Amino acid sequence: MTINRRLQLYALPVGSVLLAALILWYLLAFALNASGVIDRVLTPRGPWSSSDLLYASLNASRPLLPAPHQIIIDIWNSISQWPLTSPRNLLLHTWVTASAALTGFGMGVVLGVLLAVCIVHSHTLDKALMPWIVASQTIPVLAIAPIVLIILGSFGITGMLPKATIAMYLCFFPVTIATVQGLRSPQKMEMELVHTYAARRVDIFWMVRLPSSLPYLFPAFRVAIASGLVGTMVAELPTGAQAGLGARLLTGSYYGNTIQIWSALVMASLLGLALTGLVTFTERLVIRQRKGA
Amino acid sequence: MYAPESAVVSLKPTAATARPAIKVNQANVIYPAADQPVHALKDINLTIRQGEFVSFIGPSGCGKTTLLRAIADLEPISSGEVMVNDMSPSEARQAGAYGYVFQAPVLLPWRTVLTNVMLPLQIQGVPPERCDEIAREQLARVGLKGFEKKFPWQLSGGMQQRVSIARALGFEPKILMMDEPFGALDELTRDNLNQQLQQLWFNEQRTMVFVTHSISEAVYLSTKIVVMSPRPGRIVKVIDSPLPANRTLDIRDTPAFLQLASEVREALVEGHHDH
Amino acid sequence: MQTKAIPGTLLLVSAFVLAALALIELSIGEQISWPQTANTLLLLLCAWLACSMARWRAALFAVGLAVSAVWLILLPYHALSTSVLALLAMVSVQRLARAPVPAGAVAGLLGLWLLWFWQILVTGYAVPQVILPAPLDILTALVDSVSMLAGDLVQTVLKSVLIGYLLGCGLGVGVALLIDRLPFLQRGLLPVASLTSTVPLVGVAPIAVMWFGFDWPSKAAVVVLVTFFPALVSTLAGLKASGRLEQELMYCYAATPRQNLLMLRLPAAMPFIFSALKVNATLALITAIVAEYFGSPTAGLGFRISTESARMHMPVVWSAIVVSSLAGSLIYALLVRLDRRVNFWHPSLRGGAA
Repeated sequence: MTINRRLQLYALPVGSVLLAALILWYLLAFALNASGVIDRVLTPRGPWSSSDLLYASLNASRPLLPAPHQIIIDIWNSISQWPLTSPRNLLLHTWVTASAALTGFGMGVVLGVLLAVCIVHSHTLDKALMPWIVASQTIPVLAIAPIVLIILGSFGITGMLPKATIAMYLCFFPVTIATVQGLRSPQKMEMELVHTYAARRVDIFWMVRLPSSLPYLFPAFRVAIASGLVGTMVAELPTGAQAGLGARLLTGSYYGNTIQIWSALVMASLLGLALTGLVTFTERLVIRQRKGA
Repeated sequence: MYAPESAVVSLKPTAATARPAIKVNQANVIYPAADQPVHALKDINLTIRQGEFVSFIGPSGCGKTTLLRAIADLEPISSGEVMVNDMSPSEARQAGAYGYVFQAPVLLPWRTVLTNVMLPLQIQGVPPERCDEIAREQLARVGLKGFEKKFPWQLSGGMQQRVSIARALGFEPKILMMDEPFGALDELTRDNLNQQLQQLWFNEQRTMVFVTHSISEAVYLSTKIVVMSPRPGRIVKVIDSPLPANRTLDIRDTPAFLQLASEVREALVEGHHDH
Repeated sequence: MQTKAIPGTLLLVSAFVLAALALIELSIGEQISWPQTANTLLLLLCAWLACSMARWRAALFAVGLAVSAVWLILLPYHALSTSVLALLAMVSVQRLARAPVPAGAVAGLLGLWLLWFWQILVTGYAVPQVILPAPLDILTALVDSVSMLAGDLVQTVLKSVLIGYLLGCGLGVGVALLIDRLPFLQRGLLPVASLTSTVPLVGVAPIAVMWFGFDWPSKAAVVVLVTFFPALVSTLAGLKASGRLEQELMYCYAATPRQNLLMLRLPAAMPFIFSALKVNATLALITAIVAEYFGSPTAGLGFRISTESARMHMPVVWSAIVVSSLAGSLIYALLVRLDRRVNFWHPSLRGGAA
């Protein structure tokens, strides 16, 4: 389906769903904030009308559910009114989280692909390691985050690297499994064909296995980078880290600053979309290169 | 192998007394396409009487499957008229007037062979015990007694198609339509199934409409052969078969058979050269 | 006749060399430790046994290696002997991989050896508990805090995870069925739902705490949110999965839309729904644990992990992780079992027979 046709088909439904969600959000904000606002803001002021109530509940300072425009204004203020190095600027936190996630992702991809290559080429490793890697999918890996941070901390490694390590740990499982699947995907006939050309294992790898594994790699990369982001944010919690979106979420919840929590969450969502979009963009580049111009 | 007698219509109709089971009148099927509309069927006029075994034969793209699907209400007609048992195709479909066998067996893999055959009966609301009875009967009729509890993937391609035929016969439709049902099978299985189908028809005199691209299959099975040609899809010739109603596979070596086969072949070549 | 090199030749040669070095080192000390020397000789014998592929030698090799391993744990730590044991352990895994045993056995052996070396090295080098406790310490911590961990398990798994998971998946499948006949809503919701998989939904945990309180309902709420979208997307995909010919078959039989759904599209969608259910199970457990990092009452596996690691009680932390892993694996195994029963007909589950 061409881009135009796809836009036509999906634009209206997605637009209406998002619009409906927005309206629902405003209604919910009004409903949830109303009672608190009545107690704290309006009654001390004296007699109030329903329009006062509406305005106040959608612009409360400590709302139960901030209205969308409050979140947008807060994000905008934080980005524009503070220098980039200030801890009040959300972009700084976003950058801290993003860099850790991307580093971890990179490390995880390298580790995962290397491991997958070893597994595909060694019978022993395949039988001994693969069951563990598959089983690890059922284990709550993120539970180990505090331990990793403490171990690395006791070696004096702090800052971005521990977070990247946790992200790497989360990334490399889906990457390994998908790469093994991809490297094994060439059909029997393709393998027999290169066998008749007396191709060496190295040539088989570069000419047949790696190209056929690409369609499996990129969906796994998308999953990996999303997991890596979650891992990074979780890693920012236990050590009371000062910077990063996860830390911002935590401090917001400690001080009851709802708008700060929501702003951090929205930025995290945008970051997730951006990172996944980056992977998809890379995928398009690589696939387009393979198909010629 | 198969049950020799069946308690359905015993009278062998002659051309004079049979009512038309299917009547196609100036039917056209046109598909809109990017550059030019595709004329899949052009001015088709055809009458199929009750009890006849009619084959549609022609090269790929001649519209034989489209014609069958139009009669079965699986394709809409752009103009003209199709009547099945004096009903429109849609009404005929709702009334269960015909059974349809696809090119593939299309069996639901999570159902046993028996429950697969029971499927149309369940849809029509037949009580469960009766469903079970009828399904077992049909399976015995196509020679698959004892396979009720198996799953489709445990059977060979030929057996799966037989189950599919048993299913189509389940609610005793007056008309059976088949779209190249044996195309995917090997030759020996095909011969076997052709013979079984022929005997089934001979014993029951059900109206059968059969699409094939094999000349020998069409000649062996049918009482009437409709030769079609492509671009646009149209009927080139309708040939009545002089062969006797009761046939065995040996008939394929007789001169009458070979004569009919060459007649069909000529008509096909003629249709091919016509445009 | 060309003789093939036996697998692990390099490892065996290194083992011989190191064993010889170990013997030399042991004999030049002032006090000759007889148990150590005997153990090293046993290892040497094992290495020799491994030099051929005969069955009886392999069996003796396995027995000898096991005896030596147990013995070595009781003896004081000796680096060279342990290295010889490590090399022979690798040989044993390699040999087992070539034998016709199920893959689980080889992985199990590897796991066992890793546990072994973990125990020996951690006690041998006196690694501080903060960095890595020995497996036996973790086991003792597990046994000691069994009742506390059981309470955590109930709080996290039975309450937050189970309820959130059932609710989330149920809602996901339910909504998908509801909008089955509304393609407009499907086209609207599907892109949005797919995009949420890129978003760290676990971040709503503090908000959930604010709305639902500290106890398990807030964690269950986060689990519902996280499991809803994959269930929705997969069910929608599954409902579209029935083939064209099958749909035409039902059309020919004049089946009502409801009959079509119940007899064809829903069974055909089951493999998709189950794959989402399996993914959601692990997702639910991890989400509940992580949500507890953001604030929790005095129980819960996530709570236990975060507070005990802050107090540096590492064996308890590890035992909590072991309990979570066991719980996660059990739930997943149950789902795989259920999947096999419901989707027995799917080619991937019946070995792809034609």
